Amino acid sequence: MQVAIKRLIANEVDGQMGGVKSIPSPAISADERSHEVDHPSSQVAHFGTEQPLRLDCGVDLSPFQIAYQTYGELNAGRSNAVLICHALTGDQHVANVHPVTGKPGWWETLVGPGRPIDPKHYFIICSNVIGGCMGSTGPASINPATGKVWGLDFPVITIPDMVRAQAMLIDRLGIDTLFAVVGGSMGGMQVLQWTAAYPSRVFSALAIACATRHSAQNIAFHELGRQAVMADPDWHGGGYADHGIHPHRGLAVARMAAHITYLSDAALHRKFGRRMQDRELPTFSFDADFQVESYLRYQGSSFVERFDANSYLYLTRAMDYFDIAADHGGVLAKAFAGIATRFCVVSFTSDWLFPTSESRALVHALNASSARVSFAEIETDRGHDAFLLDVPEFFDISRAFLQSAGKARGLSGKKDG
Amino acid sequence: MSVQEVLPLGGLAAGQSGQFRADHLLVAEMVKPGSKVLDVGCGEGDLLQLLETRGIDGRGIELSREGVNRCVAKGLAVVQGDADTDLVNYPDDAFDYVILSQTLQATRQPRVVLENLLRIGRRAIVSFPNFGFWKMRLQLLIGGHMPRTENLPATWYDTANIHFCTIKDFVQLCDEINVKMERSVALDLYGRPVPLNLPWWVWNMFGEQAVFLLSRGGGK
Repeated sequence: MQVAIKRLIANEVDGQMGGVKSIPSPAISADERSHEVDHPSSQVAHFGTEQPLRLDCGVDLSPFQIAYQTYGELNAGRSNAVLICHALTGDQHVANVHPVTGKPGWWETLVGPGRPIDPKHYFIICSNVIGGCMGSTGPASINPATGKVWGLDFPVITIPDMVRAQAMLIDRLGIDTLFAVVGGSMGGMQVLQWTAAYPSRVFSALAIACATRHSAQNIAFHELGRQAVMADPDWHGGGYADHGIHPHRGLAVARMAAHITYLSDAALHRKFGRRMQDRELPTFSFDADFQVESYLRYQGSSFVERFDANSYLYLTRAMDYFDIAADHGGVLAKAFAGIATRFCVVSFTSDWLFPTSESRALVHALNASSARVSFAEIETDRGHDAFLLDVPEFFDISRAFLQSAGKARGLSGKKDG
Repeated sequence: MSVQEVLPLGGLAAGQSGQFRADHLLVAEMVKPGSKVLDVGCGEGDLLQLLETRGIDGRGIELSREGVNRCVAKGLAVVQGDADTDLVNYPDDAFDYVILSQTLQATRQPRVVLENLLRIGRRAIVSFPNFGFWKMRLQLLIGGHMPRTENLPATWYDTANIHFCTIKDFVQLCDEINVKMERSVALDLYGRPVPLNLPWWVWNMFGEQAVFLLSRGGGK
């Protein structure tokens, strides 16, 4: 947070001469980001024309690639693989320094040496989702048919499409059954989709701060973000790549709006209150007088350095379409009928994007299916983002759940994980 | 005298029984190893842990968030829920046994809860404090105040226990809703079973708590 504010101050100072400032331009060049799109700094699995990805929209995507990272070793019985599913703007760099931003992995609180998901015990896989922009095929990738960036010609993808692609990657890695599939938010949706689509391939599932469907309010927030992107003249109907620019202002506004939904009123009040940013009196302008404004502008401007605007449209759309019950005749319990997977569902009290009531509905459906399920609601004022932050109770629960599942799976029951 | 002396529990290592509650040991002894069990109102998961040592697939529901989180942090399959409202989500015959340990008196609708237990479980095990216990009677008769005991220390105005009953009352309810009592044990103040050959009124007088193994009655 301190770093964020300081950086903001630097940006503010740079912009002093320009009068009223809007969101600063990205500090990282578009080249750095676009290089990762087709040539990621991670492992890549290529799927040729003989292995198309059948999408829900009816299109066969082919050829395509999946960028992924692995940590730890697959054991002889191939029984210790853990798949981490990332959230809307995450990527495969879950526990290593990010190649574009230079920041630590996005889930190093949970994944890494000494953490609940420790590479010493598990073979950890994390892949960039289809539709993403960090190396898996998406709207920012080159369309092999035209030699140009896909843009809006890229087919609309869904959460089940992402999971189908991950299953192809898991096949490629020679893994039949995953010991655990773990994810929060959009990652949690993928976890649930895994259990609904491939119940026998998932030994245990840790679904955090998620839901079995996207609510009307969440769709509304996503639409707001998409409209912000599309209202930026630099978006050019999605064809900005041809113009050599990026709609960073629209995307930054989308991120700012979304970021508010990841926090809570209490957390914002605690962090910023009505405190002024680097000044004591209001400037009587539309400058970022308040710390909370500076913070949001920073969140917006740093996001556009690493994310593609069209990719944001596609991934938010995928979340909007997600509704497991609808795919099972409107009865959620049918999606999990007779499932042997061990579930752990976690929600956070101040999460208003994926409130506890959504997790409870999932738990009721799992109970109705006689599934083995643990469900904990964790008290915190940090909102939806709590799943990415240092919340010890969440780590204790994750660790205990995986250890208990590991015992049932016959993995070594070392307690030091 | 520990319960273990009167109630040998197979499969439990010697010296381990001391860490478990008397009624939990009794309940665990009633459950066939290898079966599937739901513990309603599982608290911090002590009974579930005891059942797991006996190779039983145990699940739990607990009302308090702290209790649930402690259970989950022990690796137990426990969810936050309310016996009064959440049992309806479970399908018929989902479990071999459904256990309601020292919780019946805290439910809003004990009769509906009991009916649900025997819908989702082929058998139910219910334990509850006996309000007909002589010490209780004495406190009301002589002291003229609502009884409070070591096991039930709360005052009338802050107790969660809103539906106290006696062993006699419970037996009557079971008859009314056609529930078969397969086994019944009353434990005295020291956790010792009241001898089986004594009549009901003795149990109702000297049982500090009771444990019933129930199944669905025929007919009706």
